[in-house]
Amino acid sequence: MDRVLGRIWWLLSASAVIAFFSPPVLWLFGVMDGAQLTQYLQQVVSGTANGCVYALVALGIVLIYKATETINFAQGELMMVGAFLAFTFITMYGLNFWLGAALAVAGGVLFGMATDRAIIRPVVGQPVFAIVMVTLGFGFVIRAVVSMVPGWGTDTYALATPFSGADLRLGALVVSQDYAAIIASTVVLCGFLFLFFRYTRLGVAMEASSENQLAAYYMGIPVKRVYTLIWGLSAGVAAFAGLLLAPITFIHTQMGFGVIFKAFPAAILGGFGSIPGAIVGGLIIGIVEALAGFYLPEGFKDVAAYVVLLIVLLLKPEGIFGRVVVKKV
Amino acid sequence: MRFLFKTDYAQDTRLFPFGGTKRFWSGLALYAAILVALAHYAPVALTSTHWLGLAIVYAVAFGAVLLRQNADGEGGHAAFWYGLLGVAALSAPFVLDLYFLSQITFVYVYAIAGVGLILLLGMCGQISLGHAAFMACGAYTAALLQAQGFDLLVTLPAAILLSALLGVVIGLPALRMTGIYLAFATYAFAFIVEEVLARWDGLTGGNMGFVLSDPSILGYTFDSEQKMYYLAMVLFALTLLAGLNIRRSSTGRAFMAIRDSETAAEAMGVNLAVYKTTAFAISAGMAGLAGAVYAHLLFFISPEGFTILLSINLLVLAVIGGLASMHGAIFGAAFIVVLPQLISLTKDSLPPVVGQLPGLESGIFGLVIILFVILEPMGLHGRWMKIKTYFQLFPLYKRGTFRRQKSYMVSEKNR
Amino acid sequence: MTLLEVENLAVHFGGIKAVDGVSFGVDKGEIFTIIGPNGAGKSTIFNLVSRIYQPTSGRIRFEGKDITGLPAHRIAGLGIARTFQNIELFDMATVLDNMMLGRHAHRRTGPFAHLFFGPATRAEELAHRRKIEEVIDFLDLQHYRDQMIANLPYGVRKVVELGRALCTEPKILLLDEPSSGLNVEETEDMSFWISDIKNILGITVIMVEHDMNLVNEVSDRVLALNYGRVIATGTPAEVQAHPEVIRAYLGGDDTETEAA
Repeated sequence: MDRVLGRIWWLLSASAVIAFFSPPVLWLFGVMDGAQLTQYLQQVVSGTANGCVYALVALGIVLIYKATETINFAQGELMMVGAFLAFTFITMYGLNFWLGAALAVAGGVLFGMATDRAIIRPVVGQPVFAIVMVTLGFGFVIRAVVSMVPGWGTDTYALATPFSGADLRLGALVVSQDYAAIIASTVVLCGFLFLFFRYTRLGVAMEASSENQLAAYYMGIPVKRVYTLIWGLSAGVAAFAGLLLAPITFIHTQMGFGVIFKAFPAAILGGFGSIPGAIVGGLIIGIVEALAGFYLPEGFKDVAAYVVLLIVLLLKPEGIFGRVVVKKV
Repeated sequence: MRFLFKTDYAQDTRLFPFGGTKRFWSGLALYAAILVALAHYAPVALTSTHWLGLAIVYAVAFGAVLLRQNADGEGGHAAFWYGLLGVAALSAPFVLDLYFLSQITFVYVYAIAGVGLILLLGMCGQISLGHAAFMACGAYTAALLQAQGFDLLVTLPAAILLSALLGVVIGLPALRMTGIYLAFATYAFAFIVEEVLARWDGLTGGNMGFVLSDPSILGYTFDSEQKMYYLAMVLFALTLLAGLNIRRSSTGRAFMAIRDSETAAEAMGVNLAVYKTTAFAISAGMAGLAGAVYAHLLFFISPEGFTILLSINLLVLAVIGGLASMHGAIFGAAFIVVLPQLISLTKDSLPPVVGQLPGLESGIFGLVIILFVILEPMGLHGRWMKIKTYFQLFPLYKRGTFRRQKSYMVSEKNR
Repeated sequence: MTLLEVENLAVHFGGIKAVDGVSFGVDKGEIFTIIGPNGAGKSTIFNLVSRIYQPTSGRIRFEGKDITGLPAHRIAGLGIARTFQNIELFDMATVLDNMMLGRHAHRRTGPFAHLFFGPATRAEELAHRRKIEEVIDFLDLQHYRDQMIANLPYGVRKVVELGRALCTEPKILLLDEPSSGLNVEETEDMSFWISDIKNILGITVIMVEHDMNLVNEVSDRVLALNYGRVIATGTPAEVQAHPEVIRAYLGGDDTETEAA
């Protein structure tokens, strides 16, 4: 049975990849005309941009899960706070965009660290499910507080960036600079994170604590402090995602709630706990959503992502990059 | 002295392990009969004061009978409290005004779904973010069948059965995955169900919703708040009874075995696939029943009433009520019905600057969840147990009696 | 009469041959012990017999019937019960509930009947309850009936797990390191119980054990295992004198001496 499902998995994933890359080939052979190919690529680019945001939020969830085994349902709200901070610094205070963005990410980091100290540490050691409920409740609280802050409230805001409005032309393909900026900065951030975990002491300490808390503690790694830093890092990534999402949608209190119901499937699709998995999963969800929204009848846009999730989980319950761990008895 | 002497084996299979079950049931039946007789044949119209007095007199008599029977010291506390609760529940329609009555009716409805979720989550250890879909299934089944002219005798069983079937389908992922994977697999299914309800507007009325009329059973129509109250109460009592029956039989033990160790459960002969599916089916059937009653209470259903927010609300219900016991359902349901009311009540008495703040309700809601997990990890039912034990052991109660062992090595990764 | 027969059993995890062509037969009414250094594949054999692992090749026969293809949950019903090396009890349930789970394979009513808890269900529950009281008496667990497993000390849990296995009314009992983690006194009790299980209850026992005193006291036959292969079988004395066994424990670059 498992072997059959495994075969089907390879067959399906291979054909999905082939189908994804086939339009340029079809165009070369003259099956598809230029306009159709451009349309297709347009959808892929916008899907990738959305997918990058999902991927970053998923990445934050996975970082926290890997290290602390806390499943953070408030990650979307951390992103929302980041977006609101950016709005405050850039639009309300009129700071330079880059300075405002840096301040917003820094604010996000501090907020994440404070969350760990104030909310998460008192419940460490409780069953996993209880901690999930705490983060869920914390999400409610953040949303409420944000809507009470003078100047933020329940309205929707737009965030202007230096690239807004301009387009990037690659032959017939027109890519808005916002999308290009999202994709480029996600790539840069992922590269930075890779180097961080590979080469810095702190990164290695984080890896170690996530592999085995107790062993890391005995090796002299200050596990509690590392956890706080991981929450900071993860919230920083979330704030960054908020900053990227703000120009293409709007900033409002519910923006996080919408995104986590895409980011969680993304993280699960990639194999919950795998960092590359979160990124691949986010991209898949984003692209599937964009293509389904364009080529399928109305109403399939949101369903398509979940159908893909269900099919993948049916064939590969541990996700694409997930580890299968068999309990020893 | 149970640990020294052999005891009655039947004691372990009883609904109230330490109390007089028979007296409880016969007492309650007698009380209900008197109530019905009075309501129908009383020479003068009885006011709520009359009823309140009657209820108190009867409750005291009822409690005395139950307690006297257990004079040997083993206590009949469970049965006594149930009896008192039963008396209070039966008298409520004669005492309370219509608004409060309808709120309590909603408590029963949420508690029906809550029993199902506690059975699945607390007993079997399987999480579901898809319970809104089961409630939706029950609600739409009841509504559509009622529109065809069927009465409750058909619509309720049909709602339960169809929801249970849907539960089997949505529960299928549980055979291959656990934890967060299962949560979002069930969520994905539920989302698809919600989308189908919204899009299949030829059948369901789509986002415009669907209107119901008063439910009836064999020609008897539930056309008042009081009648709906009794309907919901009876259905809740039956659901709770079914849940407790499962708990004290081998099916419930198999669920607990799956929760605590799948390997050992299999070694004891528990067929994981069958029992996980059964847990989902029973839980979904209960949620479906809740959905059907919910639809009749609201007279109007639309897909927007059954989103992920409802699923999350039900999870909050289960956690706040306490996952360890079925009785947590009623505490949790009371909590999620009462809290918003309480907030909106206090809102009026607060200074407008604070009272008018948007998001006040969801903020308090979230805050209460956090505080509960930090301060009261076993839920409201756990608090109730503590208070009870405090009085039973007075003055010997020690603060650490119910402290839960914290574990710093819980690792899903190594499971 | 051979009750359990293992023939050429092998299982490979990736490139590792955890069990590599093991054959043995266990006769009715004997206590058969498997010894060997850590990682020799002893627990793996148990996991294969109780069908948690899928063998790469080989056959397992119980009472002459091939059980190699059966799913794990069918094993208890056939009369094979087991305990686990690191105790796999149902931690958030009481001792009674755990023992009653041992009766799971003998239930005759289904979930639908349980919703209503009718007379048939009640009668069945009472019958099971009477049965497990016998085991509670046998193992002196009266003090712990209503206690949650999570609140019990390790030694008691070990006994409860043995009790749960006995509640299934097994024909053959697999004990995975019954004395591990027990103090001297508890180990002695365990040794009496294992003998009683054989002599009074008439149940065949296979055990994996490191404590050679216990092995010598109760075993009828011993099988020594190293690197997934059988290196010796015979009476306890014969096996301990076997040069291969001595080398496996003391010699070579493997410094596993804890079992000696």
